[in-house]
Amino acid sequence: MLKSLKSYDDLVAMRTLCEEKLKLDKVKVYICMTGCRALGAEEVYGEFKRQLDEQNLKDKVEIIETGCQGLCARAPVITIDPPGVFYGRVTVDIVPEIISSTVVNDQVINKLCYVEAGKRIPYLKDIPFYSKQKKVVLRNCGIIDPNNIEQYIARKGYESIAKALFSFTPEDIINEVKDSGLRGRGGAGFPTGTKWEFCRKAKGDTKYIICNADEGDPGAFMDRAVLEGDPHAVIEGMLVAAFAIGSGKGFIYVRAEYPIAINHLERAIAQARQLNLLGDNILGSGFNFDLEIKKGAGAFVCGEETALIASIEGKRGMPRPRPPFPANSGLWGKPTNINNVETLANIPIIILNGSESYKQYGTKNGTGTKIFALAGKVKNTGLVEVPMGTTLREIIFDIGGGIPGRRQFKAAQMGGPSGGCVPAEHLDLPIDYETVKEVGAIMGSGGLIVMDSDTSMVEIAKYFMGFCHDESCGKCVPCRIGTKRMLETLTKINGGNGLKDDIEDLKEMAYVTQTASLCGLGQTAPNPVLSTIRYFMNEYEELIK
Amino acid sequence: MSKLNVDIKPVRDIISKFGDGQDSNLIAILQQSQDAYGYLPKTALKEISRLTDIPLTRIFGVVTFYSQFALIPRGKHAIKVCSGTACHVKGADDVKQKMKDILNVGEGETTPDYQFTLETVACIGTCFLAPVMMIDERYFGKLTADKASDIVQKYSEKTQE
Ligand SMILES: Cc1cc2nc3c(=O)[nH]c(=O)nc-3n(C[C@H](O)[C@H](O)[C@H](O)COP(=O)(O)O)c2cc1C
Ligand code: FES
Repeated sequence: MLKSLKSYDDLVAMRTLCEEKLKLDKVKVYICMTGCRALGAEEVYGEFKRQLDEQNLKDKVEIIETGCQGLCARAPVITIDPPGVFYGRVTVDIVPEIISSTVVNDQVINKLCYVEAGKRIPYLKDIPFYSKQKKVVLRNCGIIDPNNIEQYIARKGYESIAKALFSFTPEDIINEVKDSGLRGRGGAGFPTGTKWEFCRKAKGDTKYIICNADEGDPGAFMDRAVLEGDPHAVIEGMLVAAFAIGSGKGFIYVRAEYPIAINHLERAIAQARQLNLLGDNILGSGFNFDLEIKKGAGAFVCGEETALIASIEGKRGMPRPRPPFPANSGLWGKPTNINNVETLANIPIIILNGSESYKQYGTKNGTGTKIFALAGKVKNTGLVEVPMGTTLREIIFDIGGGIPGRRQFKAAQMGGPSGGCVPAEHLDLPIDYETVKEVGAIMGSGGLIVMDSDTSMVEIAKYFMGFCHDESCGKCVPCRIGTKRMLETLTKINGGNGLKDDIEDLKEMAYVTQTASLCGLGQTAPNPVLSTIRYFMNEYEELIK
Repeated sequence: MSKLNVDIKPVRDIISKFGDGQDSNLIAILQQSQDAYGYLPKTALKEISRLTDIPLTRIFGVVTFYSQFALIPRGKHAIKVCSGTACHVKGADDVKQKMKDILNVGEGETTPDYQFTLETVACIGTCFLAPVMMIDERYFGKLTADKASDIVQKYSEKTQE
């Protein structure tokens, strides 16, 4: 049973205890129990538990159920420390051997090791996938047990909100976040500190904080990983935001397709409440804040902030024109601040180490790091965090291990249905919000899907248009009809029945849909078409001739 | 599965749990009702409307807006085959087709024995193991048509036991 923390000193005392627990002299077996469940992680975990029990090794070995360890392509993955080996494709059958060789005797089992360019790399720290990343937001993900608040606290968890409550004013916090240069990770890249300031200054006593965990972009799983692997970081980010803005109540809107994320959040919230890190008079400071989870019901457009607000209010999730912006009139007409999961997970580290330290990574237009969800035709699919300004080549080839088989890289799809396809000629572009826009894609939330020479770009354009057409809420005509007509034309071209004028027609419809649609869904729906026309016109021509 | 006699007690219990602010809890009430019945029977919707004072038209509007809600009975297990981008480029169509073949249903349809409902979903955040599907709340990755078929087979055996 966790004991309520009544002051800052209580938190510090608890941290000392938690640190000591972590330092105990045991071999640690870190098992991913989130993403890897799709390939049998639970069974592997069960077998480890059983074997350790049977062999009476429980005092020497500790199993830690972690969130995503990143190299998901090798699922199910485990890390054993010491000696610091990383194993992939672990099966139930091999667990006894892992225990007798690696856990007990520090010996490496070759066939479970990561291999690159024909070379076996047993230790996690030597694997380029890991050594070339910079884990700031994901510093706890894959290392701590997300369902154990003690492990978060041991790693300076909840120190930021304590610092905010006892040493800073809300204005100080807003200035620190502004100075950090943090921009929203949900897609639009709006400066977070400025957004908070609008909401702080908005008139009204009741204000709300919303965490947008709808993550609807197909191909994106960063937010899922953060919620599952380090839910307290998001809760702490919300606490700091609430303190800065002057809000007493927050909501986390999570999509229903993320049952593990919802479960971890529920447990994290319950533990935080027990410790008096949520609720009334947090840490004895007089500050009150509590959180509620709202489950989505399957509608992509509900990721858009005004639609999301309508959905929390129990209505059809349809966007409305802005202004008024949520900062002035949001949930139930009250000033509301809405941020993405990853944005909020950046906050604790900014407050903890200060904005100067935060800015050591990144570019002028995009400070800090960005998490990318690497998927598609790339060897090391998984979760990648790199400083802003890293090039696509570094992400896809150095970290991602390149394209499997003998095929060639063709394009990287960035930003999902609102984004575009970046071709090989831009592989060396340092990515930040502006540079990606210049080449016809968007940073988006961080989904990065690699396509190889087998992928037809016209088919991809059609695929995305089909998605937007399905997900268009139907409220405004340009989006509802525009996506339908563009889809028809693309289907025609893709089926080999295109006409010469179709390309011009597509461009014109794209222009109207972009300029006349009500919300971001319609405004950006033409992007995949336009970017494929821009870079892969030859594929259209081939189908049309 | 009788469609005529719907027990309304579950709806009443669910609504009484929410207390005040039922307006904004409509989606949660519907979600829990669907969990209880497997779908949203008309009788239940009417009862929700009566107890919450939310007009039935508005409830119906919400139910039809979100893809999660079903107005007709669904299978015991929901199979959600991902058709997101990563799965799409890695052959999700084969998996989807195989599911249609072995279950002999189309998208959104339920098998006659009410064991399975086949759905597609645009991404379930498991793109790193594409192509993937979910059965109820479990994820399955790196599928091939045959692997997917084996998994479903196991579920049917389990339910027949
Ligand atoms: C159609 C559409 C879908 C969106 N989906 C999401 C989403 O899934 N997650 C998200 O954080 N933001 C999404 N956004 C962006 C939000 O409207 C909003 O800008 C964001 O949550 C703000 O948070 P940030 O400033 O921290 O980025 C979407 C926008 C549009 C137009
Ligand atoms: S695209 Fe299928 S899980 Fe994301």
